[in-house]
Amino acid sequence: MPKAQPARSSDTLKKYLLSSLVVATFSIYAIHERYAAAGSVVVSPTAINDLASAGANGQSAGTVRGNAPDPNQSVVQDPPSPVPAQNGQYRDGQYVGQPTDAYYGMVQVEAVVHGGKVVDVQFLDYPHDRRTSQFINSQAMPYLKSEAIQAQNAQVDIISGATLTSEAFAQSLQTALDQAHS
Amino acid sequence: MGMPITVEVVDPPVTEAVLEAVYAYFHYVDDKFSTYKDTSEITAINQMKLTVKQSSQDMQTIFSLAEQTRRETDGYFDIERNGTCDPSGLVKGWAIDNAAQLLAERGFSNYYVDAGGDIQVSGKNALGQTWRVGIQNPFNPREIVKVVYIADGGVATSGTYVRGQHIYNPRERGVLVTDVVSLTVIGPNIYEADRFATAAFAMGRQGIAFIERLDGFEGYMIDEHGQATLTSGFERYTLDHQGR
Repeated sequence: MPKAQPARSSDTLKKYLLSSLVVATFSIYAIHERYAAAGSVVVSPTAINDLASAGANGQSAGTVRGNAPDPNQSVVQDPPSPVPAQNGQYRDGQYVGQPTDAYYGMVQVEAVVHGGKVVDVQFLDYPHDRRTSQFINSQAMPYLKSEAIQAQNAQVDIISGATLTSEAFAQSLQTALDQAHS
Repeated sequence: MGMPITVEVVDPPVTEAVLEAVYAYFHYVDDKFSTYKDTSEITAINQMKLTVKQSSQDMQTIFSLAEQTRRETDGYFDIERNGTCDPSGLVKGWAIDNAAQLLAERGFSNYYVDAGGDIQVSGKNALGQTWRVGIQNPFNPREIVKVVYIADGGVATSGTYVRGQHIYNPRERGVLVTDVVSLTVIGPNIYEADRFATAAFAMGRQGIAFIERLDGFEGYMIDEHGQATLTSGFERYTLDHQGR
């Protein structure tokens, strides 16, 4: 039976360096994850896509992200529940956010708090590249009022509607085509 | 374009001849821009018998406005579809706007021009009240679901129609639509309201957010469940400021 060779000092050094590297890497990862969870204000296009598809709740004090809209639901959402202040509620007032690099441009918002809740968020600045800003901004606009339509009894002078054109036109065209066949 | 046109002029000096002039203008527009007419200029262009550069001034204007709108709406408004051009989404508002100007130039200030549910209003109705515009229920054309009071400006509604359980997009025959059925846009004039309503409707649910971001425009979107979404300033139009 061969005798075990004593470990050479260079092997020990390599093992030490390797385990340090593993520990260091893990530490960097852990620190990064901690910051990411705390709520980065950077709105990257990848993040938006992930939010949209995964339906994740992006909750952080610095962003305008609320609940990512489910494409099958109405665009109106309840205002997000951001990280509360010490007494569990927001303080009333208007708060201007930091101008933030949103990759395609700068975003800056102002939030209005009333009765302890966020009641309005305004864009003070947003990316001006239209294609992307349209997508990003529309994902971040949950505050439009919604209502169930109800028949009104009021008198009106004029009626605006798409069906006036489309249905009448389609019917009219159909009767014309019917004649064409006969 | 095959749509009903209604013109009402309240000012007393109006004559039959004035109304005839407005209708004649719409006939002219239809003869030139209807894709359903073999003899129209747009059909000639689509059949490659004529280039845009060779076409009339009004046709070149429309193509130029269409290109401008296409850029401003990032392609959501586009008159080209399957290799042919159908500018009706822009022509309608443009024509109504021109017809209204025809009345204004003749000194009238209390009127409306309605072509297929897109409307330009000015001044007051015959009772001296702000014009009352009802938004049609996309699920029941005999009902209205909202009343807006418009002093001067345009109201355009883009949408589909509902027949039984099915919602159709009239521009894509046989295609069922499953989200927005109606989008009404109120703006400073019908040309602007119409082109943005057309573009915003093509964006589906995000169209109302597009209108929200446009200064000077308000919108009312109705989805397939009968749920409406309003832009944040829309309700200024639902109050009658004359206190009726």
